[in-house]
Amino acid sequence: MSVLVQQLINGFFIGSVYGLFAIGYTLVFGVLDILNLAHAAVFTLGGLTALWLVATGGLSIWVAFPLAVLFSGALGLLLDRIAFAPLRRRAASNLSGLISSIAMAIIFESAALGIFGARTVRFPQGLLVNRVWHFESVTVTSLQVEIVLSALVLMLALTACLRYTRTGKAIRAVAESERTARLLGINVDGVIAVTFFVSSALGGAAGILYGLYFDALAPDMGRSIELKGLAVIILGGMGSIPGAILGGIAFGLSEVLTVALTGTSNLRDAVAFSVLLVILILRPTGLLGRGRVREA
Amino acid sequence: MAFLSQFFAVYGSLVNFIGINALLALSLYVTLSAGQLSLGNAAFAGIGAYTAGILTMRFHMPYAISVAAGAGLAAVIALLIGLPVLRIRGIFLAMATLAFGEVVRIAAVNLDITGGAQGLVGIPNKTTTCTIYGVLAATAYFLAVLRGSKVGWSLAAIREDETAAMALGINTARYKTLAFVLGAFIAGIAGAIYAHLNFIITPGEFGFSAAVQLLIYNIVGGMQSVYGPMLGAFILTALPEVLRGVSLSAGPLRLGINGVILLLVILYLPNGLISFLKGPNRVSRI
Amino acid sequence: MFLEFEKISRSYGGVRALWEVSFGVEAATIHGIIGPNGSGKTTLINVVSGLAGPDSGRLLLEGREVHRLPAHRIAALGVARTFQNIRLFSNMTCLENVIAGQHLTAQRALVPRLLRLPSARLEERRCRADALACLSSVGIESRAEALAGSLSYGERRRLEIARAMALRPRLLLLDEPIAGMRQQEIDEMEALFRSLAEAGVTILLIEHNMPFMMRLCSRITVLHFGQTVTTGAPQQVCAHPEVIEAYLGVEGR
Repeated sequence: MSVLVQQLINGFFIGSVYGLFAIGYTLVFGVLDILNLAHAAVFTLGGLTALWLVATGGLSIWVAFPLAVLFSGALGLLLDRIAFAPLRRRAASNLSGLISSIAMAIIFESAALGIFGARTVRFPQGLLVNRVWHFESVTVTSLQVEIVLSALVLMLALTACLRYTRTGKAIRAVAESERTARLLGINVDGVIAVTFFVSSALGGAAGILYGLYFDALAPDMGRSIELKGLAVIILGGMGSIPGAILGGIAFGLSEVLTVALTGTSNLRDAVAFSVLLVILILRPTGLLGRGRVREA
Repeated sequence: MAFLSQFFAVYGSLVNFIGINALLALSLYVTLSAGQLSLGNAAFAGIGAYTAGILTMRFHMPYAISVAAGAGLAAVIALLIGLPVLRIRGIFLAMATLAFGEVVRIAAVNLDITGGAQGLVGIPNKTTTCTIYGVLAATAYFLAVLRGSKVGWSLAAIREDETAAMALGINTARYKTLAFVLGAFIAGIAGAIYAHLNFIITPGEFGFSAAVQLLIYNIVGGMQSVYGPMLGAFILTALPEVLRGVSLSAGPLRLGINGVILLLVILYLPNGLISFLKGPNRVSRI
Repeated sequence: MFLEFEKISRSYGGVRALWEVSFGVEAATIHGIIGPNGSGKTTLINVVSGLAGPDSGRLLLEGREVHRLPAHRIAALGVARTFQNIRLFSNMTCLENVIAGQHLTAQRALVPRLLRLPSARLEERRCRADALACLSSVGIESRAEALAGSLSYGERRRLEIARAMALRPRLLLLDEPIAGMRQQEIDEMEALFRSLAEAGVTILLIEHNMPFMMRLCSRITVLHFGQTVTTGAPQQVCAHPEVIEAYLGVEGR
C-alpha cells in the first residue's frame, strides 16, 4: 500500500513537470493553431543552459534558474522570428508552421549537441540542500516539493496574467480571432512574440526542473518529453491550460502506476500512448477541450 | 564494367538505401497529397518489416508472400485507425499516428516474437537492388498515373479546400482514408523489402525521427510531382556521404545542415528543390 | 415544387440562424433570397448543400427528403453551389479547378490510364473540352492556364460558377455571385443565369443588388432574423409592408 502511495506521489511530481512543459505547447497551439515541435528542443536547451551556468559559470541555482528561463524565452522569440513570422506574412498553412518548427528543433538539437556534447551530464553534487521527509514509509524530498511549487507558481502566474493583465487579454483576443484582434488595434505580432517568449520560458523552466529531478541532462532528452507533451495536451484538450496541468499529472500518474503494476519499466509509456490513441479515435477534441472545429 | 562493379562495392548499400528511402518518401507523399499529415508511416514500415521478417524466418514463407503480407497488414491497421480519425479535420491525424507510432515501437520492444530491443536478427538477405528499384519504378508510375485519375483530382481538391471538395460531390472521408491506407501499404512494402536487405531490424529504426525524416524528404524535394519526394530522399540520403567526402563528418554539424536545408526550403522554396529542375512551369497532369 | 423547405430550423451555439423557414422553389426558375446581413441567407444555402444539417424541419428535393444527406450525396443529386467568401483551389489553374469540379461527371478511371488505353486518352480530351466550355461560358477561357490565386475578384467569382457548372447541376446555389463585379460583368452573368434557367437549371440566388434581383428573379423570398417574411413575385415582395420595414428600411437608413 505504502509503495503505491509513494508511487502516486512520485507520479504527481513528475506529472507537474510534464504539465509545465505542456502548458507552453498548448499556449502556442491555442493562440496560433500551430504545433510547435521545437518546444522540446527549447526544453533541452533550457536545462543544459542552467547546468552550464551552475557548473561552468559557478552561479547559484537560484540565479541560474531565472537566467536560463530568460534565455529560453529569448529562444522562443528567435523561433518566432525565424520560423513562424515569415510564414505568417505569406499566410501559409498550419502544416508549414509544423514543418518549420521541426527544422528549428533539428537546428536547436544540433546546437545542443555541438555545444554540450552527446553525453549525459549532471548537476554538481550538493547543489540544493536536499532534505528528506519520511511519513510512515513514504518519503518526500525537499527537491520534489520545490519542483512542484515552482511548477505551480509558474502555472498560476500564467493563468493570472492571461486573465487579468492587458497583455494576457490581448493574447486571448488573438487566440479567439487574429483578424478581429488586428481590427481592434491589437499589435498582433507583438502579442505572438510575447506568447512565444512565455511559452518557451515555461518550456525551459520545465527542462531545468526535469534535469534537477532526474539528475541527468542530455541533448536528446527532449525527444521523449516531446511525445509525452503532445499526449498531455491531447488528453487535456488542445489549447486548454487547466487541461494541460491536469493532463500532465494524469500522465505522470499513469506512468508510475504502469511501472508499479507491471513491475517493469518497459511498458511505462505503452499505457499512456494507448490511452492517447483511444482518446484520439473516440473523442478527438480531448477530455476537457471544447471542440474548435472550423466551419465554412 | 570494372568501374561499375567497384562503384557498387563501395556505394552499393548507399544505392539500396536511397531506393528504400525514396519508396518511403512516396508512401508519405500519397497521404500528403490529400493534405493529411501522417507521422505513422515509419511505424507502418516497421509493421511491414517485422511481419515479413517473421513470416520468412519462422514460417519459411516465400519472399513475395512475406512482403505482400507485411504490406497488407500495414494497410489493414491503417484502415482501422484512419476510419474514425479521418472523419475530422486538422492535425488530429498527425497526432493519432504519432501516438500509434509510439505504441508500435513499444510493442516491438516488448514482444518476444519481434526479438525485443535487440531487434529481429538473422533475416535472410533476399532483396536485390533490382527488386528495390523495380518496386520503386512501379510505385512511381502508379502514383504518377493516379494523379491524373479521379482519385488524384479528388485528393488534390481535398488538400486545397475540404469544404469546397465536399460541395463538388467528393466523399472526403473516403478519399482521405484511401490516401492514408495506400500510403501505409507502400510504407509496408518498403519496410518488408528493407527487412530482407539488412539481416537485422530494430524497433528504434521505425520511430518518430524516422517519420519526421520522411516528411523532410517530401518538403525538401517538393510535392508537385512524384519526382520531388524521390529527389528529396536521394539528396538527403546521399548528403552524409558527400559531406564525409569533403571531410565534414562532425555529427552535430551534419544534423544541423539537415535542419537548415529544411528551414530554407519551407521558407523560401515552398514547392521544394524539384521546382529548380522543372522551372517555374508546373507539370500538367496528363 | 422542385425544392421545398418545410419548417427548417438551424441554430449555431444558441443563436437561431433559421427559424421554421418554409417556402418552395419552382423548377427551372431563378428564385431570389434577400434579407439584411445576418438574416440567415448563407445558412439556408449551407442547409440545402448539406454542409449544415437542419436541427429540425424537412427539405424536399423533387419530393425526396434530403436534409439528412451529407454534402457529397447532395451534390450527387445535382446540387452545386458557390460560396460567399469564394472557395477556389488557389494553387490550381482555372482549368484544373474546373477539372476538379468534374468529380461526378467524368470517369477518369485508373486502370485504363495505367494501361495507357486509347479510351482513357479520348475521355481525357473530351473532359478537357467540357472544362474549357465551362470556362468560356463564364467568359474566362483566356485565363485557363492562370493560377486561380492570381485572378481578379470578379474573375474568381466567375471561375467558381464555372466550377459549379462542371457538375452539370440541376439546382445551382449562388451566394452573392456578382458581389464586387463591374457592371459589364454583371450583365454577362445576368445573361448566363437566364440561359441556364432556360436550359432547365433551377437557381437559388442570394444577392444584395436589388435592381439585379428585380430583373432576374421570378420569385423572391425575404428573410429577417432567420424567419421568412414573405415569398412572392418581385413587385409583390417590394410592396410588402414588413419588407419595407425590415429590409428596405435598413437599406435606406
